[in-house]
Amino acid sequence: MNRVVITGRGAVSTFGTGVEKLTEAVRQGRSGVVFIKEWEQVRGLNSFLAAPVPPLDIKKLLPRSVRRTMGDMAIYATLAAVEAVDDAGLDREFLESGQTGAAIGSTTGSPGVYEEYYRNFLDEESFQELRSGTFFKIMGHSCSANVCHALKIRGEQWATAGACSSSSQAIGLGYLLIKSGRQRAMICGGADEVHHSVTMIFDILKAASRNHDPPLHTPAPFDADRDGVVCSGGSGILVLESLESAQARNAEIYAEILGFGHVTDSDHIANPTEDAMFTAMNQAMLEAGVIKEKIDYINAHATGTEHGDITEARAISRVCGADVPVSSLKGHLGHALGAAGSLETILVLEMFNCQELLPTLHLKRPDPACLGINLLQKKQKARVNTVLKNNFALGGVNTALVLRRWNI
Amino acid sequence: MTMDDNAIRQQVVEVIAEEFELDPKDLRPEVTFYEDLDLDSLDAVDMVVALEKSFGMKLSDEEAFRAVRTMDDLFNLVISLKKMIEQER
Repeated sequence: MNRVVITGRGAVSTFGTGVEKLTEAVRQGRSGVVFIKEWEQVRGLNSFLAAPVPPLDIKKLLPRSVRRTMGDMAIYATLAAVEAVDDAGLDREFLESGQTGAAIGSTTGSPGVYEEYYRNFLDEESFQELRSGTFFKIMGHSCSANVCHALKIRGEQWATAGACSSSSQAIGLGYLLIKSGRQRAMICGGADEVHHSVTMIFDILKAASRNHDPPLHTPAPFDADRDGVVCSGGSGILVLESLESAQARNAEIYAEILGFGHVTDSDHIANPTEDAMFTAMNQAMLEAGVIKEKIDYINAHATGTEHGDITEARAISRVCGADVPVSSLKGHLGHALGAAGSLETILVLEMFNCQELLPTLHLKRPDPACLGINLLQKKQKARVNTVLKNNFALGGVNTALVLRRWNI
Repeated sequence: MTMDDNAIRQQVVEVIAEEFELDPKDLRPEVTFYEDLDLDSLDAVDMVVALEKSFGMKLSDEEAFRAVRTMDDLFNLVISLKKMIEQER
C-alpha cells in the first residue's frame, strides 16, 4: 500500500484566482459574500446572497480550443488545475504518462448554461443556434473531462458528483487509487458556480440565509443567530501523489493523507444524521491510526443551517470531546458546494504552514445547542500537525479526511 | 436587398473571425480550415450556426458544406446559396 501525499494546490474562489488570494483573504478575516440585486426579480426566491467568483477575463486566461466546451465551473476547475500542477512541478510527460488521473466533481453541470439552453429551447421548442460545446458544459463530468482534455491527462478520469462532498469524495478517491497502486498521481477536487437555481435548492428548504441587512454577517456557522447557507463559486484542486513518486522527483510535500471516512446515511434524503457523521470521522481516524488526543484541529463542514451545525457539533463532541479546536471556514468563503472540500483543505494546508488556526467568521454568540465542542472565534497560533476535515452533503454523503503536516 | 460578392466575402470573414477569435487578416482565400486554422469537426458545427445566424439563411446543403476546405470554398458556397435564395424570391 502506498503512502499518499499532497504536492500541489490550485484555487479559484470568491476572492479571485489563485491560492494566495484565497489564503490571504481568509487570514485577514474577509468574506466574499455580497448582495445580489438581480435575484430580487426571481419570483419565489427569498435569499439574495452569494459569494461569486469575480469576473474573469477568460479569453486571456484560456485559449478558445479548450474554453469552447466549458461553462463557468469547468473554467474554474481548469484554472485551478493548471495552478496545482504548476505548483507541484508536474511536467507534460508526467501528466500524459497514463499514471496520472483526475477525480473532479461538482453538484451538476453548469447551471448557467442549463439556463441558457432552456431559454433558447423553450421559446419555440427549437434547438437552433445551439453550439457544439453546449452539451460538454452541462454534462455531469464537465469539470473532469475538460480538465483532462486541457492537461492531456491519460490516466483514470472520475467525476464525483456528491454535491457538498464532491471534492472531498474526489480527494478520498484519489487517495484510494494511489494507495492501491492504480495511479501514481491524481488531480483531485471540485468546482461549482453561483446561480439562483442552486441557492433556490436551499431556499425552498428554508435553509438559505435571508440576512440581507448590511453589513453582512452571514453565513454564521454555529452562531445562535445563524439563519442558513450562502452559496459560493469556485474550484479547489489538489495534486495527490504517492510518497515514492514525490520523493523521487524531490517534490515539496504539503501534507500526508492518512485516512478517509465515507459513509452514507439513508434515514432522510435531506436531514443530517449524527451517527453517520460520527462514523465517517471515526472511520477516518481508525484508518489513520490516530486517536482523538492526537487531533489538533477539526475543520467542520458547518454551513450555518440550524440542524446541520447542531448535528455536526454533537457528532464532533462524541468523537473528539470538548478540547479539540473546531471552526468552519464557510463564514469567509460561503458554501462552495462541489468546491468546498478542496478549497477548505487548501486552507487547512495553510494552517499547517503558518501553525495558526483560523476561526469561524461571524461567530459572535455560539448556539448553546452547539456547545460541548471548542469553537474558535479568533485566529490563534497553535501546534497544528494532525487535522480532521469534514464535509457532509445533501443526499447523505458523509466524508472525513485525516491530514498530517509533512515533516513534523 | 442583394449583397454584392465582396460584401458577402467580407461578412463571412467577420463571422469566422469573431466566432473563432481569429485575426481577419489571416483569413485569406487560400487558407484551409483544418490544416492552417486548426479547426475541427466541433468547429464545423459552430461555423454553420454562426453563418446561418449572420446571413439569416439555412446552409442546408450538408454535402456541399462538407466539401469546403478553404475560405474561398466557403465564400463560393455562401455566395451561391445567397443567389439561389434571392432568385427563389
